[in-house]
Amino acid sequence: MREVEAIIERYGAKRRHVIAILQDIQTQFHYLPREALLEVAARVRIPLIDLYSIATFYNCFSLVPRGEHVIRVCLGTACHLKGGTRLVEALERELGVREGEMTPDGQFSFETVRCVGACALAPLVLIDGRYYPKMKQRKLTQVLARLRRARPPAEVTQ
Amino acid sequence: MKIRTLEQLKALQGELRAARDHKPCVRVCGGTGCRARGSEEVLARFTTLLQEAGLAEAVDLRFTGCHGLCERGPLVSLAPEGIFYQGVEADDVRAIVMETLARGVVIERLLAQDPVTGKRVRREQEIPFYRRQHRLVLRFNGVIDPTDIREYIAFGGYHALGMVLTRLTPDEVIEIIERSGLRGRGGAGFPTGKKWRLARAAPGSRKYVICNGDEGDPGAFMDRSVLEGNPHSVIEGMIIGAYAVGAAQGIIYVREEYPLAVRTLEIALAQARDYGFLGEEIFGSAFSFDMEIVRGAGAFVAGEETALIAAVEGKVSEPRQRPPYPVHRGVWGHPTVINNVETWANVPVIIERGPEWFASLGTATSKGTKIFSLVGKVANTGLVEIPMGMTLRELIEEIGGGAPPPREIKAVQIGGPSGGCLPKTLFDLPIDYESLTEAGAMMGSGGLIVMDDRTCMVDVARYFMDFLRDESCGKCLPCREGTNRMYELLTAICEGRATESDLELLEELAQVVRETSLCGLGQTAPNPVLTTLRYFRSEYEAHIRERRCPAGVCKALIRYVINAERCTGCLACLSPCPQQAIRGQLKQPHVIDQERCIKCGICHEVCQFEAVEIV
Repeated sequence: MREVEAIIERYGAKRRHVIAILQDIQTQFHYLPREALLEVAARVRIPLIDLYSIATFYNCFSLVPRGEHVIRVCLGTACHLKGGTRLVEALERELGVREGEMTPDGQFSFETVRCVGACALAPLVLIDGRYYPKMKQRKLTQVLARLRRARPPAEVTQ
Repeated sequence: MKIRTLEQLKALQGELRAARDHKPCVRVCGGTGCRARGSEEVLARFTTLLQEAGLAEAVDLRFTGCHGLCERGPLVSLAPEGIFYQGVEADDVRAIVMETLARGVVIERLLAQDPVTGKRVRREQEIPFYRRQHRLVLRFNGVIDPTDIREYIAFGGYHALGMVLTRLTPDEVIEIIERSGLRGRGGAGFPTGKKWRLARAAPGSRKYVICNGDEGDPGAFMDRSVLEGNPHSVIEGMIIGAYAVGAAQGIIYVREEYPLAVRTLEIALAQARDYGFLGEEIFGSAFSFDMEIVRGAGAFVAGEETALIAAVEGKVSEPRQRPPYPVHRGVWGHPTVINNVETWANVPVIIERGPEWFASLGTATSKGTKIFSLVGKVANTGLVEIPMGMTLRELIEEIGGGAPPPREIKAVQIGGPSGGCLPKTLFDLPIDYESLTEAGAMMGSGGLIVMDDRTCMVDVARYFMDFLRDESCGKCLPCREGTNRMYELLTAICEGRATESDLELLEELAQVVRETSLCGLGQTAPNPVLTTLRYFRSEYEAHIRERRCPAGVCKALIRYVINAERCTGCLACLSPCPQQAIRGQLKQPHVIDQERCIKCGICHEVCQFEAVEIV
């Protein structure tokens, strides 16, 4: 994979850079493809099992592909007190998938995150990196509806 | 341009001040809170309209770090008058340019209101939120543009470093830090000077300094704001520390969840290199030093110093037994000083103002100031910096403005998942390391979460346990299994399935986990349980004996009902209900079908008349 090659090049094929390399692969593909992990293991000369343990230990890595839109509900303490869990339940109802899963049409991935440090905006939802402050269940449903509508018609008919 | 001497730095500072001091300055807050509320648009509008008005050259426009009062963002301040506008939207910018900047007229509606007198106040310092603060580490947050090193230099930045490198020996620097009484701001409060001395004395030709910016405590964003708002204060502190302990390499470990902090730091490091504050022979001395950023990949345990070292080395972030401590065996086996972001940022101030001055702030054992992120059920959420020794009451009620009525504050959670919940009756406790630890909480990194009568303390304990069982690295058994079992017991209590003996078991487990876990994560994991049991036992008992959640939070034990007297029959709650569980007609009180209700609470959210009640 050419992209993976370039990322390894950027840091150097050294053990100490392996987390940064995986982070950049994650950013590029939105998950860690199996072929990418195999390639990193070979280039950095590190057992695949070690890479796998890193990939499953840290929260920012995903071994499964993510949807077109990534929804992250903050569950920091302030968000929890102000109803973050209710937002999680609302998303489960609305999307029909559980936390960490992707909708069957590949449109939405839904995750929770432990505090992004924007507690004055609690409860907070991030959609594709954008902050939605002081979220309510009703508002969230409306945002989802808007994103669904915004989808290009060609894909909707598929 | 490389700065080689203190005189060169002073000359540059003078030049920069002369160029900016006569100009009016507009400072738009670029902290995360204000950005989320649209401050980038506000900034863009200023750029356009200043151009249009022909004021682009005459007015200095700056995008700064966090001003602190996140609740009221986007925030804009105007120098030299010190006018402080809040809740500024892009559409307000025209008025600010045309009225305030062009004609000197203050726009009343954008000013903050004193909650007691109801009067509009003009200046930041007149707002109760700021009046009681002592902003030392945050003194340039909200003032300087963090992406421009010249701003930091204009306000005296890197002067402390220049003095250290041209006039002081490493031992003298350590002595100053020791005399100041500075203690680690990351949580445990270890004396910083002592840590440096140990690392200096440790054998080894290669040493490291690390900045721990893995602010993992949920509800805390002090470090983020310092890194985003004034990165050079941290960098300068680290260079001084590196000189003191004899390190040639530094690492700033920042969590990836803070992308803005990472970007700001990258810019700051590049600029510091351009000016010669990083690199070879800094300030013409024999001292050379550089540093790099390592992005954390998301692991709460990485805040523990030995786990952080593993992460820096590219491994799974698992802690190890101490001793040996990192000052003896740190990164790749070399002596390493690890200090928190806020600790490093205190260093230049101490050098600049002197250890005696610093030690005059605070209490007998806790010196200086501490930054807290004040969040939760409090009127003024935001970032505050106070002298140590202030009482919790002053902080929560005077600066925080108490709970928005009709709610009442019941407790404060301090110190994150390792800390504890303190009840209102202890609000006269002074904020210092010892008092908080004695009460069962801890200073922690500075997350301060206010809770009101609608917060269930059992649910809070369960929340933290859920967090900890998820973040436990799994290396040692007491933490890995103990947090899971405690979580199960707390869940049973919240769901009304527990018995009295479960409470005893929970207490016993908490003691075992505390005493036998390998690292700080496990040793402090029981704190949220133990403090809520100590101060709010009656809430646990209500769940167990009466199957009742007094705060109305635990889903299994509550019902939503409509108060027929308050309900106006507006139909607003009917269609949002995902279960179609609400029946009613226009102008007739509505009724919730308890069989269908899944207790999602949407009706409670949408009702304008507070007719939906939790019983």
